[in-house]
Amino acid sequence: MRKVLEGSIAVAEAVKACRPHLISAYPITPQTHIVEGLAKMVADGELNAEFVNVESEFAAASVVLGGSAAGARVYSATTSQGLLLMNEVLYNIAGMRLPVVICAVNRAISAPLNIWNDQQDSISVRDSGWIQLYAENNQDVMDLHIQAYRIAEDHRVLLPVMVCMDGFVLTHTFEPVEIPDQEQVDKFLPPYNPLYKLTPKEPLTLGMYAGPDCYMEFRYMIHDAMERAKGVIEEVAEEFARVFGRYSGGLIEQYQTEDAETVIISLGSVVETVKEVVDKQRAAGKKVGCLKIRAYRPFPAEQIRQALRNAKRVAVMEKCVSMGALPPVATDVRAALQGIPDAPEVSSFVAGLGGRDIPTESIEAIVQQVEAGQKDLTWVDLQRDLLEEEATA
Amino acid sequence: MKLTVGAVGRPGTTAPNRTGDWRVLHPEFLHEKCAGCRLCELACPEGCITGDAKAKRFDYDAYYCKGCGMCVAVCPVGDIRMTAETH
Repeated sequence: MRKVLEGSIAVAEAVKACRPHLISAYPITPQTHIVEGLAKMVADGELNAEFVNVESEFAAASVVLGGSAAGARVYSATTSQGLLLMNEVLYNIAGMRLPVVICAVNRAISAPLNIWNDQQDSISVRDSGWIQLYAENNQDVMDLHIQAYRIAEDHRVLLPVMVCMDGFVLTHTFEPVEIPDQEQVDKFLPPYNPLYKLTPKEPLTLGMYAGPDCYMEFRYMIHDAMERAKGVIEEVAEEFARVFGRYSGGLIEQYQTEDAETVIISLGSVVETVKEVVDKQRAAGKKVGCLKIRAYRPFPAEQIRQALRNAKRVAVMEKCVSMGALPPVATDVRAALQGIPDAPEVSSFVAGLGGRDIPTESIEAIVQQVEAGQKDLTWVDLQRDLLEEEATA
Repeated sequence: MKLTVGAVGRPGTTAPNRTGDWRVLHPEFLHEKCAGCRLCELACPEGCITGDAKAKRFDYDAYYCKGCGMCVAVCPVGDIRMTAETH
């Protein structure tokens, strides 16, 4: 059924179709409409799930950890400060190998206080052991949620999945979306079959003590599962296409990259703007392409190497920074190309922090800059005149 | 023993973990004034103090004791003291 829905409500519809047993969340802008929508569905009797109100995101993450350990399919959503408050629990969920799914609405981190979109929040928890999938539009974010449970609950994986969705740009935007048919979702996503389940009859310890003699091996097992997830993510995307008739890419999506000399790499909703720029450049006869990173963890290094084999130069544009270093995504892309003969030059661009708009003109300027040989880190559209006060203070 | 996904343990499987190996002090049960109140046994966070209240005789399990000194703190008659590990 095709409907015009706000992004957040589209997510709530997708989650409902996945039949979660337990939802726990704390409201925070711009995530609020997602969990408001789900709370309403539970209250109206449309969704047979427990909705647990909590006093913080730390508690929300802890509640879904416990629920998942007890064998329930669980869901939460948060953003920015809320995601940071979940941080300790995120590592525990991954370490206990619980297939929790959350939506990380992407929002800037304080200070200074800012509620608008960038991706510093989810990128900063990239090493927690969670699979991270970045959505380009509202259909994508719905489809990713449904795929997320399949990936997470696969016994070859058993890792939590974070569906990352740009705050406001997607959460508060109304777009036409295809609401998946419940029968199709049930066919695609069977009931959760836990490897271990906490019950009073069969007591277990999850994430037990592991000393220097075996801690490394436990951590290796998570890394190994993350590597296996690469194949499962691709598999699940193809299976989804078979059932629903839509394919939105596996680990990466390539847009006009085959013969492209200049490739722009990005993730999230800005990819649609990049594609628009690619179309314009192509119309002007320029060989420009776009590579979307759909799965940031596990990092699809091999797929990126393949996709860039004909490229001469690469611009990585990301909405996050690593203070005092090259930004995270650019670092990963450079590392993926390390040691490859004739590898393209990788230039790094930080853009769109704290909701700063990234218009097509700014992306066109990036293309011009890399064609002129730019390699260093550039802060896109930085207003240097605003920096004067600090410089002269 | 093979590791489990998610570091899942069944009851009793962590018993071999020697939690007493980083202790720097250990309790010394003097067995002089013990009133048999069992407070040391109840207060021990490791559950590694056992004994006989009627016989007024308790002792600790060095395999698990972390040397926290709770038993010394709760003993109403001062019949336990902490002593430095010598090895």
